[in-house]
Amino acid sequence: MNTKEIYGIYDDDLVLLDAVKSIKKKGINIKEAYTPFPVHGLDNALGIKYSRLPYVAFGFGALGTLTAILMQYYMLVIDWPVNIGGKPHFALPSFIPITFELTVLFASFSIVGAFLASNGLYPGKKAKLIDPRQTSDRFVLVIDTPDIQDDIENIKNLLKNTGAIAIKEQETEEVEHA
Amino acid sequence: MVESPIREPLVTGKKTYAQVSDDVLKPIVSAPSKEWWIAFLISATVMMIGLGCMTYTLFVGIGTWGLNKTVGWAFDITNFVFWVGIGHAGTLISAILLLFRQGWRQSINRAAEAMTIFAVICAAIFPGLHMGRPWLAFWVLPLPNTHGSLWVNFNSPLLWDVFAISTYFSVSLIFWYTGLIPDLGLVRDKVTNPIQKKIYNTLSFGWTGSARAWHRFEITSLVLAGLATPLVLSVHTIVSFDFATSVIPGWHTTIFPPYFVAGAIFSGFGMVLTLMIITREVLNLKDYITDGHMDAMSKIVIATGSMVGLAYTTEFFIAWYSGSIYERFTFINRAMGPYWWAYWAMFTCNVFSPQIMWFKPIRSNMKWVFIISLFVNVGMWFERYVIIVTSLHRDYLPSSWQMYYPTWTEWGIMIGVFGIFFTLFLLFTRLLPVIAIAEVKSIMKVTSDEAKEKALKSSQTAGELNVNVAHSPDNQKF
Repeated sequence: MNTKEIYGIYDDDLVLLDAVKSIKKKGINIKEAYTPFPVHGLDNALGIKYSRLPYVAFGFGALGTLTAILMQYYMLVIDWPVNIGGKPHFALPSFIPITFELTVLFASFSIVGAFLASNGLYPGKKAKLIDPRQTSDRFVLVIDTPDIQDDIENIKNLLKNTGAIAIKEQETEEVEHA
Repeated sequence: MVESPIREPLVTGKKTYAQVSDDVLKPIVSAPSKEWWIAFLISATVMMIGLGCMTYTLFVGIGTWGLNKTVGWAFDITNFVFWVGIGHAGTLISAILLLFRQGWRQSINRAAEAMTIFAVICAAIFPGLHMGRPWLAFWVLPLPNTHGSLWVNFNSPLLWDVFAISTYFSVSLIFWYTGLIPDLGLVRDKVTNPIQKKIYNTLSFGWTGSARAWHRFEITSLVLAGLATPLVLSVHTIVSFDFATSVIPGWHTTIFPPYFVAGAIFSGFGMVLTLMIITREVLNLKDYITDGHMDAMSKIVIATGSMVGLAYTTEFFIAWYSGSIYERFTFINRAMGPYWWAYWAMFTCNVFSPQIMWFKPIRSNMKWVFIISLFVNVGMWFERYVIIVTSLHRDYLPSSWQMYYPTWTEWGIMIGVFGIFFTLFLLFTRLLPVIAIAEVKSIMKVTSDEAKEKALKSSQTAGELNVNVAHSPDNQKF
């Protein structure tokens, strides 16, 4: 596809938030926004669905619990039971600390892994920036270019009216979105 | 979300977002100062002394330490518990204060979490050395082996410790690194040297700051904080089990887990204060790590110091109340026996010295806060020394009572580990942003004077912001 994108560049988070709201009100879809820090309320304004990452952590956490209990049970009860003063081999209370630690370990590593995977982040990936200052103090809105020339002008005007300090246009192939 | 105008702004000096980036990244993009080099060379030299003593220990054996058959644990475990405890403040700031939505944590959490990681590295050195043959350290892992396989003993608190410390270290590390990714993206875009750019590009994982990525970032941070909170409490609880589950008078008490956790946070905040007072001075970050931050941390030191004081006195009372003659003897021996000086050094530094911070003029004078923070560090070291050595040196059998005297090797290792810690911390201040830049930017506006004034005006008309303002902005200067 040869669709282009229009970028509105802002220099303030509150202006950006108002801009998103008024652009949305016009029924224009905002494809993505880039901000140097988490802007409070932007995810709601853009209509981003609540992430399912916590389920990953819960699932792997449960797996960690199970792994720890089964491992300790297998090693100390089935494979090589040791008689320690006639105490039960399956000493659940003293298995709890390690079970807890492995639960936390599995949950933490899984959510970080899922976080990196869902954003497509990996060591050495080349970042494709729209504005060189978007990680410092510039805020970028990305809108798909419509087919009709008039609409393009409308969107540009809209961006300008909502406080954009610069407006850019670019081919999609040059910019990759996470 | 706008704060009440009577609260002081979390970032002072009316900064713009670009200024925040420049201020925090200055140590990374500029050459180190002379002071930094002097501090680095001293730390590195001390580190080398430590590494030398460790090597000597490995060649000669544990016999080069002052341990004997009565006092089989002393400097090594004291230092281990001391350093693990230091780490706890970092996780408290990064995880527990995140769950409590304490905005002031944002500008100190990065450095505090780095401190945690370095402290746990330092801690791990001691049990490693005490193994005598650290190359067999993998024996603590439940791996199939040639003994048929005889597994590790999951009923042993020392093994729980292995799991607790390694989980704590690795989870702290990924929590810290996840928080670093956006800031590394900023460093990548700021540095001009091509080699630096390449390194930071690799480290930043290609972060661009899309709204979806930030949304996931915040959820991941929250979940990790939720996981790290019980984790950090479990770690020192399990460390205290090393003592509490053995039948040694002075150790075999149920008060140990909460007492150790409170002590850990207390000592950790002592170390955070020591480091932050120097860091904000040297790196010129007083607008970010403000006097308000120091005040908040001093209050935590008072609170946890008082908890520790309560634990000491409770222990003493219970030793008498329990009716156990061995327990009673151990505590009287602690306070009045041959190690009385260690006990009273501990008590003075930990219980009495933080109490003078109740006075606002003391709390806001950085010289006093710095001195008290050093006292806290010393006191908490002595606490572990007192618990370990005084409980062991006079046990059930008077014929085997002995004194413990550390050797030069032990002193060298102990001091050398401080060198390792400060060397790592000094490198951190030059190579990574010491303040969580993105997180600070996200709170600086809502806590600034301008935002509060603006919100006050617009609240009548817009009604969109959730403003909770009771006083006029003129009141804010009190």
